[in-house]
Amino acid sequence: HTHELLTFSWWGGVQMGPPDPILGVSEAFKKDSNPKKMNLGVGAYRDDQGKPFVLSCVRKAEAIISAKQLDKEYLGIGGLAEFTKCCAQLALGNDNEVLKSGRSITVQTISGTGSLRIGGNFLSRFHAGPRDVYLPKPSWGNHTPIFRDAGMQLKAYRYYDPSTCGFDFKGALDDISKIPEQSVIMLHACAHNPTGVDPRPEQWKEISDLVKKRNLLVFFDMAYQGFASGDIDRDAWAVRYFIEQGHNILLSQSFAKNMGLYGERVGGFTVVCGDVDEAKRVESQLKILIRPIYSNPPMNGARIASTILSTPDLRSLWLEEVHGMANRIIKMREQLVAGLQKEGSTHNWQHVIDQIGMFCFTGLKPDQVERLTKEFSVYMTKDGRISMAGVTSGNVGYLAHGIHAVTK
Amino acid sequence: MSVFSEVPQAAPVAVFKLTQDFTNDQFPKKVNLGVGAYRTDDSKPWVLPVVKKVEKVIVHDDTLNHEYLPILGLPEFRSSASKIALGDDSPAIQENRVGAVQCLGGTGALKMGAEFLRRFYNGNNNTTTPVYVSAPTWENHNAVFANAGFEDVRPYKYWDAEKRGLDLAGFLGDLESCPAHSIFVLHACAHNPTGTDPTQEQWKQIAEVMMRRKLFVFFDSAYQGFASGNLEKDAWAIRYFVSLGFEMFCAQSFSKNFGLYNERVGNLTVVARDADNLKRIMSQMEKIVRTTWSNPPSQGARIVAITLNSPELFSEWKGNVKTMADRVLLMRAQLKAKLQALGTPGTWDHITEQIGMFSFTGLNPKQVEYMIKEKHIYLMASGRINMCGLTTKNIDYVAESIHEAVTQVQ
Repeated sequence: HTHELLTFSWWGGVQMGPPDPILGVSEAFKKDSNPKKMNLGVGAYRDDQGKPFVLSCVRKAEAIISAKQLDKEYLGIGGLAEFTKCCAQLALGNDNEVLKSGRSITVQTISGTGSLRIGGNFLSRFHAGPRDVYLPKPSWGNHTPIFRDAGMQLKAYRYYDPSTCGFDFKGALDDISKIPEQSVIMLHACAHNPTGVDPRPEQWKEISDLVKKRNLLVFFDMAYQGFASGDIDRDAWAVRYFIEQGHNILLSQSFAKNMGLYGERVGGFTVVCGDVDEAKRVESQLKILIRPIYSNPPMNGARIASTILSTPDLRSLWLEEVHGMANRIIKMREQLVAGLQKEGSTHNWQHVIDQIGMFCFTGLKPDQVERLTKEFSVYMTKDGRISMAGVTSGNVGYLAHGIHAVTK
Repeated sequence: MSVFSEVPQAAPVAVFKLTQDFTNDQFPKKVNLGVGAYRTDDSKPWVLPVVKKVEKVIVHDDTLNHEYLPILGLPEFRSSASKIALGDDSPAIQENRVGAVQCLGGTGALKMGAEFLRRFYNGNNNTTTPVYVSAPTWENHNAVFANAGFEDVRPYKYWDAEKRGLDLAGFLGDLESCPAHSIFVLHACAHNPTGTDPTQEQWKQIAEVMMRRKLFVFFDSAYQGFASGNLEKDAWAIRYFVSLGFEMFCAQSFSKNFGLYNERVGNLTVVARDADNLKRIMSQMEKIVRTTWSNPPSQGARIVAITLNSPELFSEWKGNVKTMADRVLLMRAQLKAKLQALGTPGTWDHITEQIGMFSFTGLNPKQVEYMIKEKHIYLMASGRINMCGLTTKNIDYVAESIHEAVTQVQ
């Protein structure tokens, strides 16, 4: 009897889960002994020495917070009030009518992932429209399983044009025009992940008009505000424009990249409602969704973020540092293209400069990616995406050499 | 026209509403016996001295950064946290069949475990497997399992209101009669809300039925160290079940015993049959984590890991925990003594026999209402009080108020 119990397992039928495509890249990178190896997989910013970068404004904020000797009492389910206020203001702009009228609700979430998940759960429970969330093709790999686990279904609209390595504007409008009314459409606010391809303002305007015509519910994912152009207002332009045009949007924000607070898990989820009463009702339901997942959010990162955003000299310092990170990336793009030209590449690499944000969709095919990894120890995802953050002035020449070698 | 115009107003979570009402109350002698957080004798929150020390170390360490943790969390946190529950010398750990998922508090650990069970336990996506939670239990248990997809969350007999103790016969009866493969959520120690734990002999009986009937063991351990003041003693039930060879989950919280409430530090300890099963389980856990929060917050886990992995700091922490547990024990003793001295009708032994942060006073809803409305003493409708809310300064007022409630309100 005992023997039978000691050999039986409940989990005999559990399959090995597939390795995460992005993290799998980092695993392989670690094992490689080539001194020239490059990790262009994960989207975490690196300085020009290839090291993680803790922002000075973050260190200063931490010192201020440490001196205050605060207690560690539970936050409310919706999170730190000072944070959610700053978070919403950062996205919408201090003078936004929505904030003044109080007709939106922002809850603190576990970074961008947590925000999207809460959003998905909220849609699943309360959205009367179709179960479909329309993602751009391609989109961040984790969008699909997040919304699926939340109970939604996934569809796509054309977005990336591989023949130009740019925006398939015509294809996007064509597909969007056919989306059933009241469906949810996900838009990347800036620095599209994985392609780095963003619509131009006049294109955003047409998209807004069409989305309004189709009566679609807009869900913005803004994980790179400040990181794309270096200017937080410019990067939030699309979000603000849509609100101005009357879209009552859902919005996910992350402070992982723009404040380098990755592991502190700082994010926000906002619902723009019809009026104050609706915002209160929505807030109450968001709390009901959050409580059985993790009860209330973590304090540390939210405290750091709100200290930075609400302390004038820290905020200025932050804006400078974000600008600095964005600029280094832009410079690396330029140097990569220059390097490729120097190597004698005859291909058109303009898209490397035109694309924006942390990622670049190089246009490399899977077999070229494989060669780049095997022969040059340059690690990236199979779709040809590279994280520009992993490129430095010290290795950009080597990268250009490798890319040229596999594409000539 | 809004897509969300039909969204109804949800009722607020009771325990948080209670604290809100308390905060808004202007009465000078008000007392909050609601939320489960430790308070000093001055009614203040207490950041553990060892935590303050370690936080200073962290903030001055320029080699530390804010990079993403691995999906399953900080390795040195996970292993040391599991050791706390299972013991340093746990054979299961030595046999490489113990894994852990760093989670957002005890709630997050319960959530991860529930999501895994719903997907993979008793078939695939078998949402009909009954999940049993004690009657009564922490109010969020029901929602955690229901939201993970379980359709059948039921109570198992636990609290005997008449004799103010454990209804062992009822509990064992439910274990014998429940559907095969049912999942049982067990409170490892310091049962919330009753403060009533099975004795070691009673745990042995519970384990015997669960083993024989192949029921799933899911421990909720939110108060290790806090109950008796001794970590090993408070983990006895968990370790006993492991020694019998159960595959099980244990959701651990470091909110109370480290006072790290708002940093959301939790750990789901997984005890599997063998290393191979464990490997596959953990790979699936990663997928569940990835769509919920991607990876867990680093601050709280760092604090706990640094503390548990340093002999000196670990010692200091145990001392801090004992300080909290001892104050609670003192308040229990004093409350019982005062009620007895007042001649308050009924028996009050349960105040000192119960263990941990909470006490199920036995006050009925009308008496609770009296306490809140007339005496501005805030407690849960169930009659649950947080002993940490009692201090040498307010205990007389509380004892007298309980006396009034019991004698004047039926």
